[in-house]
Amino acid sequence: MGVIYILITISIIVAVFFLYAFIRAVRSGQYDDDYTPSVRMLFDDELKIKTKTNKKPIQTIKEKQV
Amino acid sequence: MNTGNCFHCGIEINKKEEIIYDEKSFCCNGCKTVYEIFSQNDLSCYYDFQASPGATPLDIKGKYDFLDNEDIVAKLLEFQEDTTHIVSLFIPHIHCSSCIWILENLQKLQSGISTSQVNFPEKKVRITFNSEGTSLKKIVELLCSIGYEPYISLENFDEGKKVIDRSLIYKIGVAFFCFGNIMLLSFPEYFEVEEYWINEYRGFFRWLIFAISLPAFFYSASGYYVSAYKSIKSGMLNIDIPIALGIVVMFIRSTVDIVFDYGQGFFDSMTGLIFFMLLGKLFQKKTYDFLSFERDYKSYFPIAITKILADGSETSVQVYEIEKGDRLLIRNQELIPVDGILISEKASVDYSFVTGEAVAIEKKSGDKIFAGGKQMGKVIEMEVLFSVSQSYLTQLWSNDVFQKKVDIKHKTITDKISRYFTPALLGLAFVSFFYWLFIDVSTAFNVFTAILIVACPCALALTAPFTLGNVLRILGKRKFYLKNATVIEQLAKVDSIVFDKTGTITTNKKTAITYEGAPLNDFDLKLLYNALRGSNHPLSRRLYDFIPKQTKLVPTHFEEIIGKGIDAEIDGNTIKLGSSQFLKTMTENTHKKTKVHVEINGEYKGSYVFNNQYREGLEQLFSQLSKHYQLIILSGDNDGERKILEKMLPSTTTLVFNQKPEQKLHYIKELQDQGKNVMMIGDGLNDAGALAQSNIGISLSENVNVFSPACDGILDASQFQKIGFFMQYSKNAMKTIYMSFGLSIAYNIVGLTYAVSGNLSPLVAAIIMPLSTVTIVSFVTVMTNIYAQNSQPATRNFQPATKNNQA
Repeated sequence: MGVIYILITISIIVAVFFLYAFIRAVRSGQYDDDYTPSVRMLFDDELKIKTKTNKKPIQTIKEKQV
Repeated sequence: MNTGNCFHCGIEINKKEEIIYDEKSFCCNGCKTVYEIFSQNDLSCYYDFQASPGATPLDIKGKYDFLDNEDIVAKLLEFQEDTTHIVSLFIPHIHCSSCIWILENLQKLQSGISTSQVNFPEKKVRITFNSEGTSLKKIVELLCSIGYEPYISLENFDEGKKVIDRSLIYKIGVAFFCFGNIMLLSFPEYFEVEEYWINEYRGFFRWLIFAISLPAFFYSASGYYVSAYKSIKSGMLNIDIPIALGIVVMFIRSTVDIVFDYGQGFFDSMTGLIFFMLLGKLFQKKTYDFLSFERDYKSYFPIAITKILADGSETSVQVYEIEKGDRLLIRNQELIPVDGILISEKASVDYSFVTGEAVAIEKKSGDKIFAGGKQMGKVIEMEVLFSVSQSYLTQLWSNDVFQKKVDIKHKTITDKISRYFTPALLGLAFVSFFYWLFIDVSTAFNVFTAILIVACPCALALTAPFTLGNVLRILGKRKFYLKNATVIEQLAKVDSIVFDKTGTITTNKKTAITYEGAPLNDFDLKLLYNALRGSNHPLSRRLYDFIPKQTKLVPTHFEEIIGKGIDAEIDGNTIKLGSSQFLKTMTENTHKKTKVHVEINGEYKGSYVFNNQYREGLEQLFSQLSKHYQLIILSGDNDGERKILEKMLPSTTTLVFNQKPEQKLHYIKELQDQGKNVMMIGDGLNDAGALAQSNIGISLSENVNVFSPACDGILDASQFQKIGFFMQYSKNAMKTIYMSFGLSIAYNIVGLTYAVSGNLSPLVAAIIMPLSTVTIVSFVTVMTNIYAQNSQPATRNFQPATKNNQA
């Protein structure tokens, strides 16, 4: 039954990892605006169709920043 | 596509002015231009997300010249390094997904912009640009040209970088981590089976639980210790004392338990408690990102204004740097930032920000003009009399009311109850302790700690946050936005309601025009219509729009006498329009109402009266409210409307006229000195003092996104007649809290009977605590929603007939 030490240690490490991920996500400001990204994700396709037909040089700078 | 409406902005098209472009119809050139810009840049997708999402671009010539001034620009920028600049702009027009789309594709419209990101709830766009490729002024002008004019005010100039406090979220995250893991690890011991492997690993589990509980105990719950310490220090017993005591006792007892191997301790209940209470705190903290409750005149005033130098050249000057004697240039739609004297021949100033009065006021050369007005029409020149902070309106903010923090004046219901709860709890704990001391010493300690643990007022502390948090959300959905949850408690206590008149009980959207006097025939109307056509006076313009369209005639003689009226001759008929002095017909109290008198061919016909239009449902609302509240109307205007108001409103309503902003403030103060709980409902900047002084200041706003003075709540003007419902609802919310207090005390009694008899096992505690929390939360949520529905029709059923009973 000594394996229980290993298993519980692993489970705690996983949980700590998620806690860390959560805190990092909050700190980066992801949750400050919980509406706009949901709308924005629907745009990308339209943008590509449009930029293909665009005769002007296409801006190569990354369009979205998260 | 709807042919009747503009493809760009959706406004109904006036057939004569319709512009067809690219098979689409537009209401004006501005809208067409925006469409052109978008289609040339392959951005016409803009119209796919939402039908007619745009706004007509306004003429901004010269308005943003101040953005050439580098000091001002530097203040507005959020980030600046070498050539990379970042700016956040507030754009009130942001309202749909098309807006997000177009604003995030700004780089296609202007080179130099690298990225732009919209924050929809805050209505802000954050633009990163290269200062060599473009400038802030160019960006702002671009935004204006596509109908997204940013709102830049003096407030932007003053504000520093905002720090967002996210500590509550971290605390909840940590508490949830501890709570979840401890629950899982305590499970084997709940069943207390004396099995070989449980006994074998008991020590490991317990010490692991202890270790995991530490972050929750020391970090997540830290706020409660601080608050409890502060409240003891100030001698006020608030709810955080029994909470902190409960948590500390729980922790110590549990540690003792596992050290001496008495049992598994209460770590699961402790972390659960911390988690739920923090959750309650979060729930209560409903904020409206796009609203601001802390505005003062700074958010209305421009950053810079055009100054005319001695040599006649123009320059942008920062508003704070304006000095007495300076000459300023005020353009159309620009705000006058300081008191001064008009130099130009005439001006028409719209004081609707200040008073709520929609009709612009005519000023002549040499007249004093006050800060806060908006110039309508031509460019004017003025000479400064006072600097910004010394102007008539802005001086109001030097009053003490704006200096002190107002939060302290109110004691929450939870704190009031805990004043009795805390001593009673401690009393019970000590009595049981001494009782058991004579029987068994170790049980005595057990009982003592068990009482403090089980009575830890988790449910009590959760009641108010969850009730008020939910009420806040429900009210928010009904367009009544409150600053925070304590406002609801105060709302329930109000016994006097003070209304501002202009802009609050009247609408400033359309003013009804009525005609009094001898009837006018079609020919008279035709003459009148054509005489008005040449005049630029605001009243003439409105009357011109009011009269049905007539055929055009050219006046043979037309003269406009400033400040008096019009003298015109058409086809041999003479027409005189204007004030009573001009026509020399003095009818009774003519000066008290806004009137335009008409005289045709020397014969006095009558007058057009510009009535203040009262809001719909005003009479019903007042007669409904007058049953429970003392009602007062506090107006800055003259008493010309007294008779109408007396007729319309219940006789118990007090009417006070001719009040200056400071007098309004003092009036409220006097009411409060009489022991009244006053709610003030106002709109303009001149009510700002009264709103701050009153127990609750509610600002009524036609457009909640833009203008409202500092207040405790913002009410959308369309919801005006529902004030009665809101008041009633706040009372019901308090009732719900009391009921739920009863419920949580019942839980406490059950728990205490276990505790006093010395039988509180960790399992019982682990069941009772979450159970009580869940019951309370669901009870208050259901109750507040039921009340929200029930009280709805009550306002509608009300018949104005009861008004007679009242009188």
